[in-house]
Amino acid sequence: MDFHEKLVQNLVSKHGKDRENLLPILQGVIDQERFLSEEAILKISKEMSIPAADVYGTASFYSFLDIEPRGKYVIRVCKTITCAMKGKNQIVLAIENFLKIKVGETTIDKKFTILQTNCLGWCHKAPAMLINDEVYTELSPEKVVDILREYKEKN
Amino acid sequence: MSNMVNLTINGIAVSVEENKTILEAAKHLHIKIPTLCYHKDLCVAGNCRVCVVEQVGNHKLVASCATPVAEGMEINTNTLKVRNCRKHIIELLLTEHREECTKCYRNGHCELQALSAEYQITNQDFIDLVPDKNYTVDRLSPAIEKDDSKCIRCQRCVRTCAEIQSVGAIAVAHKGSEMKISTFFDRSLDEVVCTNCGQCIVHCPTGALTEKSYVEKVWDALADPDIHVIVQTAPAVRVGLGEELGLGLGTRVTGKMVSALKRLGFDSVLDTNFTADLTIMEEGTELLTRLKRALVDDDPEVALPMATSCSPGWVKYIEHKYPEYLPNLSTCKSPQQMFGALAKTYYAKNVNVAPENIISVSIMPCTAKKFEANRPEMKDSGYKDVDFVLTTRELAVMIRQAGIEFEKLNDESFDSIMGVGSGAGAIFGATGGVMEAALRTAYEIVTGREVPFENLEIIPVRGLEGVKEVTIKIEGTVEAWNFLEGVELKCAITNGLENAHQLLEVIKKGDKFYHFIEIMACPGGCLGGGGQPFPVDNEIRMQRMNALYEEDRNLPIRKSHENPEIVQIYKEFLDEPLSHKSHKLLHTSYVKREQY
Amino acid sequence: MTTTATKKQLHRIDLIFNNDDDCKEILRNALSRSDQEIVNEMVNSGLKGRGGAGFPTGLKWKLTAESKEKEKYVICNADEGEPGTFKDREILTRVPHKVLSGMAMCAKIIGAQKGYIYLRGEYKFLVPDLKKELRKFHDILDELGLDFRVEIFLGSGAYICGEESALIESMEGKRGEPRNKPPFPSVNGFKGKPTVVNNVETLAHSYTILKFGAKKFRDLGVKDSRGSKVFSVSGDTPIPGIYELELGMTVQDFVDDFGDGDCKAVQVGGASGFLVPRKRFAKTTIGYEGKLTGISLPTGGSMMIFNSSRSMYNVLNNYLEFFEEESCGQCTPCRVGCQQLLKGIKAVKRGEKPTSYLDQLLKLTETMKLTAKCGLGQSVANSFSSIVENFREEMIY
Ligand SMILES: Cc1cc2nc3c(=O)[nH]c(=O)nc-3n(C[C@H](O)[C@H](O)[C@H](O)COP(=O)(O)O)c2cc1C
Ligand code: SF4
Ligand code: SF4
Ligand code: SF4
Ligand code: SF4
Ligand code: FES
Ligand code: FES
Repeated sequence: MDFHEKLVQNLVSKHGKDRENLLPILQGVIDQERFLSEEAILKISKEMSIPAADVYGTASFYSFLDIEPRGKYVIRVCKTITCAMKGKNQIVLAIENFLKIKVGETTIDKKFTILQTNCLGWCHKAPAMLINDEVYTELSPEKVVDILREYKEKN
Repeated sequence: MSNMVNLTINGIAVSVEENKTILEAAKHLHIKIPTLCYHKDLCVAGNCRVCVVEQVGNHKLVASCATPVAEGMEINTNTLKVRNCRKHIIELLLTEHREECTKCYRNGHCELQALSAEYQITNQDFIDLVPDKNYTVDRLSPAIEKDDSKCIRCQRCVRTCAEIQSVGAIAVAHKGSEMKISTFFDRSLDEVVCTNCGQCIVHCPTGALTEKSYVEKVWDALADPDIHVIVQTAPAVRVGLGEELGLGLGTRVTGKMVSALKRLGFDSVLDTNFTADLTIMEEGTELLTRLKRALVDDDPEVALPMATSCSPGWVKYIEHKYPEYLPNLSTCKSPQQMFGALAKTYYAKNVNVAPENIISVSIMPCTAKKFEANRPEMKDSGYKDVDFVLTTRELAVMIRQAGIEFEKLNDESFDSIMGVGSGAGAIFGATGGVMEAALRTAYEIVTGREVPFENLEIIPVRGLEGVKEVTIKIEGTVEAWNFLEGVELKCAITNGLENAHQLLEVIKKGDKFYHFIEIMACPGGCLGGGGQPFPVDNEIRMQRMNALYEEDRNLPIRKSHENPEIVQIYKEFLDEPLSHKSHKLLHTSYVKREQY
Repeated sequence: MTTTATKKQLHRIDLIFNNDDDCKEILRNALSRSDQEIVNEMVNSGLKGRGGAGFPTGLKWKLTAESKEKEKYVICNADEGEPGTFKDREILTRVPHKVLSGMAMCAKIIGAQKGYIYLRGEYKFLVPDLKKELRKFHDILDELGLDFRVEIFLGSGAYICGEESALIESMEGKRGEPRNKPPFPSVNGFKGKPTVVNNVETLAHSYTILKFGAKKFRDLGVKDSRGSKVFSVSGDTPIPGIYELELGMTVQDFVDDFGDGDCKAVQVGGASGFLVPRKRFAKTTIGYEGKLTGISLPTGGSMMIFNSSRSMYNVLNNYLEFFEEESCGQCTPCRVGCQQLLKGIKAVKRGEKPTSYLDQLLKLTETMKLTAKCGLGQSVANSFSSIVENFREEMIY
């Protein structure tokens, strides 16, 4: 059995086969793999007896349930109003320059993906971003580069 | 008795049952409210919003299809506010829609087009969104085409595929402006669990889902003097075609249809009912053989219940979703494919035409048959057994193009050979029909007497219920079939794949045992097929069904085994049911398929 | 100049965040009272939902309690996706036991054994602490003999899942597409069962009411807007953050206190709320009654301040991009309407459409308001019309 199948099977036995457990299971795959591959969705569909297209359609509704390959660290910069007012563009630019990729892209070593997202609920400390589940606020172009440098050194 | 609720619509008082919607209440008063996402066959979605009406005391408008009536409600369906909003909504839909009515397959049959005509949408003030949309068009399937640029996202297809068919080949994906109808990772319909039943097509209000058309190919063949073009017509076509050509619902047009096909230039106009009868001979014998193996030989390998295999939508469904039940499928090809295999062998020899010069066309109520004809194994004659499959709708197109005034045509009869069908063959087009036909023949073979139902009409197998059951006690068997003496033959019939799914689950759990099950992919059977005229609902299905039973009653021969051409083909060509030759030409095998 | 001296400080309230309570005692005391008494207390307090719609909380509980169904649910709506809103996160971080106590009280009254906190995916980092809090709380419930358990359900990045019926769909493992209403969740909610969905803050206030009684709550605020409210203040302000204030203040009072001295407009209620321009500051009170000119508080107390350096066109453009993406996409007026509005203001700005096109777009927002299936599509009109009508020239030049 390959890694996917095990992962999905474990998640399904942890949460249950009923439809209402679909989101936690999809989230569980994301936690491990950062995106939902065709194989993973297919496996979930089989285990839970939900049509594969339906699982796909449901996952694609949620912006955190990525259906395209993502890097190990997914950076989501808030692009909503307050962050936009407080210099989100410069933050994105700094990240792009540092990682040498554009928004929507993943670095060749599959370590980082840059995305934008909507209001993170930290507007009083704008601009804000998420790296995976971690929040970073009151960003400046310098600060964001420091943060990323640390991630670069991590494995 | 449920409670009645009093309300007024446009000032007119009406009293309806409490669980009814405003839309239904309005219908009582003969007030039509436009709808798009609403369909009688489906659960209510309430997403298109064209059915909005004004409720006195509520500043916002309410969706009449989704709002239950309430005591004292005052509804207005035709105020300025309502009209302006509806107009806006239609205009909005059009901005997302690639408007090319004159080049659209659904031109003249499109609910969006009709609505925009009704509301006189003549200007486009809003911005055309299509250029930025990157719409995909999927033309890879041999049966079904999907053009996202025509889609209004009413989700009728999705509800159909899930609720009626329990297939789930298509789903709603993404959100916001990107929201669309999609398969698994947006693959082609050709690659996914789609059964090609075409129910999504008959439930789609626009040209976003259509059948793949082979009309031009057929015209080409007809225009070629060196080609002998023959055509077979399925039972359900003769009770649907009239609807498409201006005749009333449920009009039987068998004779006119034959006459029109002759005028179109087919060299021979033949009847799928003939191979429906042949199916009964083969499948009936297969069933009796399986029963013998089970009851006499105690063979643990024999798969019961045996399931019918004449619905290619059902066949593909089981290949995808219940591969463990493939041994239960009868090995008989569908009547269309039996016909195809014989057309280029038995028929070719009989009329003395080289099979390579024959093009065999079939007219079907069905889109899955387009797929079936293209299955790689369907070449047992040494050629492609059925070259082109047209739907009832496509035949209507040809008839109109040829300038034939259909309703004025005189009745004509099918050609021969392979043009005679019994009443039993005719009722193949209705759910329960195969079962009824099989019982008429099998019972008689086994007992030497007619089925014990008045006028041969096995009423319990008829009608639109999801799952029907019939148990027939076999008594007074003739010698060869003594082992069946006293056996209660248990049968079940379903229509619509969701019902098939339910039945299979019951069987799987061991809650019920059956010997024989008839399954038709489409609601109502082929008369409600994916290639039949728009629109469709249960009332319409009932009209077509009644027409088929009337067809049966009016035919001189009503049992498959009494069809003289059947007797003849076994004598001259096939020897006997399940003979070596039958196996080669009339039987087939199945494959396990992916689950997405 | 004496500006600083005359600058009025709004009355800060400290009910929600004061943290010296023993929730066990409060609950024990509440459990000794009859359900009827507590419902009356809630009704009398005048507490209205803090999630945006402003539905009277006592009434919601009462309606759900009336249903004969055995299985019922309490859901705490912590999806907090409205741009400019972040108070629920703070409440869940600092005083989670109040929210949980509110849920337990509601559960007892309506007869639910199970509760959920629908926490937006963006707040996943809160989960470990919340789980700890839950364990403690469950022990307390056991001690008090109340059969009730709360679980966390994590969202996955979809603003619309804050809408209660979309939230329920999402919990059922589906796309977050709002349902047709009626039936409302109080009749047909999670798994088809009667369900109370309340905002985080609403539940925390219900705790205050249990503790101090309806009167103390009712004494705060004005006529139809009773009590205090937690505001999320952001934008051009020297003191962004979270503030608990009394309802009924005018925008002018608010700006005097929180503005940077150059305030041009305040967006009340987030992207789905209204933009209040300077000329209306004095006339607009923050509360539940009245319409635009009188006031508004559509969603949970977001106050975004814009100073004169801000382009209202950019602001509107940003909102519309938000809605175009975050609409669930099911219904026509909202899905297509949002795209048209966004493309429309761009076209006017670029001169590709005449300025009169703005009026056509205003009419379109009216249709959206009247016909959209849920609050999202219905409320796009709020910011659109309040910005376009007040800052028309900024839309054009
Ligand atoms: C688009 C939209 C988003 C919403 N988002 C939230 C939200 O994030 N949090 C919330 O508590 N209520 C939100 N609501 C309101 C809920 O539908 C619901 O009214 C509320 O949770 C009820 O709780 P309350 O009565 O305590 O306010 C939203 C409504 C809409 C239409
Ligand atoms: S043809 Fe049938 S199975 Fe295929 S998508 Fe349409 S409804 Fe579903
Ligand atoms: S394909 Fe047809 S039925 Fe399906 S959503 Fe689009 S318009 Fe509706
Ligand atoms: S029921 Fe008839 S029309 Fe439908 S897929 Fe089967 S054969 Fe075709
Ligand atoms: S108004 Fe918008 S968010 Fe609400 S149901 Fe309609 S499309 Fe979805
Ligand atoms: S706008 Fe960026 S966190 Fe709210
Ligand atoms: S028909 Fe009622 S909303 Fe579509």
